[in-house]
Amino acid sequence: MQAAIILFPGSNREQDVHDALERVTGKAPLKVWHRDSTLPKADLIVVPGGFSYGDYLRCGAMAAHSPIMREVKARANTGTPVLGICNGFQIITEAGLLPGVLLTNRTLRFHCKDVHLRVETSQSIYTRRYNAGQVIRVPVAHHDGNYFADKDTLDRLEGEGRVAFRYCSEAGETVDEANDNGSARAIAGILNEKRNVLGLMPHPENATDPLLGSTGGQGFFASLAEALA
Amino acid sequence: MSPDTGADAAATLDQARQFGLSEDEFKRACRIMGRTPNFTELGIFSVMWSEHCSYKSSKVWLKKLPTTGKRVICGPGENAGVIDIGDGDAAIFKMESHNHPSFIEPYQGAATGVGGILRDVFTMGARPIANLNALRFGSPDHPKTKHLIDGVVRGIGGYGNCVGVPTVGGECNFHPSYNGNILVNAMTVGLARADRIFYSAAAGPGNPVIYVGAKTGRDGIHGATMASAEFSEDNESKRPTVQVGDPFTEKLLIEACLELMESDAIVAIQDMGAAGLTSSSVEMAGKGGLGIELALDQVPTRETAMSPYEIMLSESQERMLMILKPERQELARQIFDKWELDFAVIGRVTDSGRLVLTMHGRTVADMPVGPLVSEAPLYERPWTPAPALPELAAKTIEAREPIAALKQLVACPDLASKRWIWEQYDHLVMGHTVQRPGGDAAVVRLPGRKKALALATDCTPRYCAADPKRGGAQAVAENWRNLTAVGALPLAITDNMNFGNPERPEIMGQFAQSIEGMREACLALDYPVVSGNVSLYNETNGSGILPTPAIGGVGLIDDAAKSVSLGFKREGEIVVVIGETKGWLGQSLYLRELLGREDGAPPPVDLKAERHNGDFVRAQIRAGVVSACHDVADGGLLVALAEMAMAGGIGATLSAPQDQPAHAFWFGEDQGRYVLTCRSADALLQAAQKANVPARVVGKTGGAALTLAGGNAISVAELKRLNEAWLPAYMAQ
Repeated sequence: MQAAIILFPGSNREQDVHDALERVTGKAPLKVWHRDSTLPKADLIVVPGGFSYGDYLRCGAMAAHSPIMREVKARANTGTPVLGICNGFQIITEAGLLPGVLLTNRTLRFHCKDVHLRVETSQSIYTRRYNAGQVIRVPVAHHDGNYFADKDTLDRLEGEGRVAFRYCSEAGETVDEANDNGSARAIAGILNEKRNVLGLMPHPENATDPLLGSTGGQGFFASLAEALA
Repeated sequence: MSPDTGADAAATLDQARQFGLSEDEFKRACRIMGRTPNFTELGIFSVMWSEHCSYKSSKVWLKKLPTTGKRVICGPGENAGVIDIGDGDAAIFKMESHNHPSFIEPYQGAATGVGGILRDVFTMGARPIANLNALRFGSPDHPKTKHLIDGVVRGIGGYGNCVGVPTVGGECNFHPSYNGNILVNAMTVGLARADRIFYSAAAGPGNPVIYVGAKTGRDGIHGATMASAEFSEDNESKRPTVQVGDPFTEKLLIEACLELMESDAIVAIQDMGAAGLTSSSVEMAGKGGLGIELALDQVPTRETAMSPYEIMLSESQERMLMILKPERQELARQIFDKWELDFAVIGRVTDSGRLVLTMHGRTVADMPVGPLVSEAPLYERPWTPAPALPELAAKTIEAREPIAALKQLVACPDLASKRWIWEQYDHLVMGHTVQRPGGDAAVVRLPGRKKALALATDCTPRYCAADPKRGGAQAVAENWRNLTAVGALPLAITDNMNFGNPERPEIMGQFAQSIEGMREACLALDYPVVSGNVSLYNETNGSGILPTPAIGGVGLIDDAAKSVSLGFKREGEIVVVIGETKGWLGQSLYLRELLGREDGAPPPVDLKAERHNGDFVRAQIRAGVVSACHDVADGGLLVALAEMAMAGGIGATLSAPQDQPAHAFWFGEDQGRYVLTCRSADALLQAAQKANVPARVVGKTGGAALTLAGGNAISVAELKRLNEAWLPAYMAQ
């Protein structure tokens, strides 16, 4: 599997996802600078975490309008998997690849901690190695991860099985205390209609190495490696 | 030049005084110049000779610290210290204060503190891999404290999170002496190749002088001077001297500089920190024994009609000065273009030994570099030793029931969990944080390697106030112990000396004696000082802070997988205390928090025992015998045990010896101690006996409570609730 990671000025978790992908696929992803004129052929496009353009204006808003995102959208529409993590989720949402918006955390503060996620569907290339209902532990690190969409959109996401992850307690219950950022219906990650685009706020890439304390993200990258082999 | 009108006119003694220079210093400047300096030149003298830049009160004492060792590649004097960590790798690190700005404008003050220390480290060719901070706030009851905590924490997070360097550790405590003068000390650790270190000495007359990064504005003018004076009630009016940070530009600057450093383009490089373009250009020329000519109209500015004085003294952030090989100038320009940063040729290196500044072709300053640096005033200020305080006998101190006392201690501001703070810092970005905040030391693995660095900051200011020499030694020893407790070999430190007004003999005495204590500890522990920062005049309306020599330490772990953390790991393990427990209660938190007393002599630091015990513990960790390890510090043994129980979510049954008062045994703050757990104590105790290291079994892990044999118990859940509740509740008030 050949992955390509898009770099914007201010991206800062590109190496984390690079290492997680390389560990599971054995192949180093390409890093593509946002001003490079062509996007190489890739089996997976990753928009990584960070503070693209310093989060000025609105998180992800400026990167979403950069020329390379037109190409990313075109690829997504023809079926290429596109993964947006954290700031990448904000960017691809701003770019219209996914519905809704990421608002400021309800605490108005940055949160960096391990959280529990319930895998809501195993029907995607990102989650096929998990069981639906499985609880995993992965970190979050964001200031604006409060997912919001109107009721119809949320109903539709749920009805079509497009909610990939929800914040939950260790026992798997979607309790309010487990939803630090205040996301609508505790949503942590969603899929597009074709299920090839996934955006999520948590960082599975920081939970793939037992030495670093949690391995809840291993299944995520194993799913991709298996699906895109 | 023709000193005729306006800024070119000769400066006056009154102006010099306003800039913080004494009459003698003004006369010295006139003598060096051979005439009276003009306004711009006077500004340059005043910042170069400020306490902040010249270390004029502290230098004679700092020279006493050991700064060399087989691991030291570069000691104090450069942007940061450099040590050899094997395999051709180098660790580059430094800690620096941003105290005054953080009190005036907490968000920007703390944020730019982080930005400044990051630049000091990547200037030398290192990619920053970890940030730490040491914070001291006033009493929680003081009306400004909450606002200051909120702003400082947001500022540190806002900057560090955005640049994508994990903030992995630090310390935070409270004392009324910081009510009007908080301390914000930030530390950065970077990783470089030992054969690719970049220095600041200018070389090659004719080489271009390049300005890169953000534009220059009118912010932070005279920040270094402000940081070199006492505070008074009017400090609110000094807000314009605080710089404004832009972490996004800093992130681009890091990437651009590191990309350029892959080539051979750079002759010398220096960040523009305190005193901005002035100190960077003067220091580069001074170190190279050369001169420098700058055309100030070429400096990228973000405001119109800036005067030479403003351009030279601005402390706008995210700027660097470089001297390049002329043939590599275009390559460098392309890299900075890619990162959308300003790149301007603003001058050239000369062999004149003079700093010559021009504006639109007219010379506006012309001064000798050598004397500006080497003839800076140096003071041997008078000092008086701190009066010795009496030793307090444990039996004269009221005994409280240990579990009740523990409940109060784990919830007191100094010992309460600081999770609320460090969860606002991205401590995981870069993906190498092996041990997160909350333990004795953070452990950060090096990319692509097995080995890791252990990092911690430490100081116990109440000990330093009671006995500065003991306190100085204790700060170094505790730091060394914290690194040892995770299994690291401590290699070197950076120091951040925060003190009051050095013109007062008792403050100078605190400084001198703290240095003496640090010196002895550094020598005994083979733990040299490779970089540091001095922050004096931490006083408001004549009332000084507790002397606070904060120590930032770096240690090496050969195999990250072998580091241990403090949490109890399994039920049924033996709990062993290493080191002698005499029950020293003077200056303890027990005394302060339960009995409201801040008195007595602080615990002595037996450096021989410290080293001996630490070397033993490290060897046991490396041998794989130890499942958890924690140093015994603030609060004493029972607090250390409670912290291990809370971190592991496992209780323990504990017993105290009969021949000692229980409160002294559980809460005494004797130094040089560790708590270990292991599956079977026999081998460990035998090894300790053989090594002549005091070791005592105090209990066994298991259950959901800490239970004292023949006494009370408390559940680990209740301990956690008490420990975690205070700070979030306080901040939510």
